[in-house]
Amino acid sequence: MKINDVILRTVTRIVVFIILTFGVYLFLSGHNTPGGGFIGGLVLASAIVLLYLSNDIETVQRSLPLDFKLVAAFGVLLATVTGFGSLIFGVPFMSQTFAYFDLPVFGKTELTTVTIFEAGVALAVVGVVVTIILSISEDE
Amino acid sequence: MVEKILLTALALFAISIVIALVRIIIGPSMPDRAVALDMIGVNLISMIAVISIVLKTKAFLEAILILGILAFISTIAISKYVERGIIVELKSDD
Repeated sequence: MKINDVILRTVTRIVVFIILTFGVYLFLSGHNTPGGGFIGGLVLASAIVLLYLSNDIETVQRSLPLDFKLVAAFGVLLATVTGFGSLIFGVPFMSQTFAYFDLPVFGKTELTTVTIFEAGVALAVVGVVVTIILSISEDE
Repeated sequence: MVEKILLTALALFAISIVIALVRIIIGPSMPDRAVALDMIGVNLISMIAVISIVLKTKAFLEAILILGILAFISTIAISKYVERGIIVELKSDD
């Protein structure tokens, strides 16, 4: 039996971009407000899960050709490499530093090295959550 | 006066969540439970909004957004499971 889900697909096309924007906002606001790499990654993963729910695995794999196990592995690698990068400068493992720069559009901006670490955490969370949900929901 | 109105609204939202919980437990069919779960999500969002008015803070607005997103996705997942039996299809038939 074919099921008419044109409303779900039309809504999803807009809502996915809202959720992705909110996930990036949560990822970038993790210093002194609620947010950070972990829950930013969870929100990004929920956007991808919504894509998988409204479409099917084959369609999403065609438009988003990512192996999410590799995404998780790359995230863990990125987080660990930034941890070891602090050893080059003679400070303890996983030390972080920050500085203020004058960027053209944003004005005075605080750039930290912990953001790279948080990007690794976010990638790991996205990969692991999407892999788990695809594994437990697939039928044979 | 406004404070009393807000606290009364909180109590009414709590009672409404309890009623929806009863519907989830005794609900005769699965669509009843799905609708009641969605109603609990909406009531929780409203309760957080009223609480942030009472406490005069903006710290809970992200929580409202996240709860809205999660209630939306979980309602879609439950309804798709009720209707088709699987959640993520391997291949669409159309």
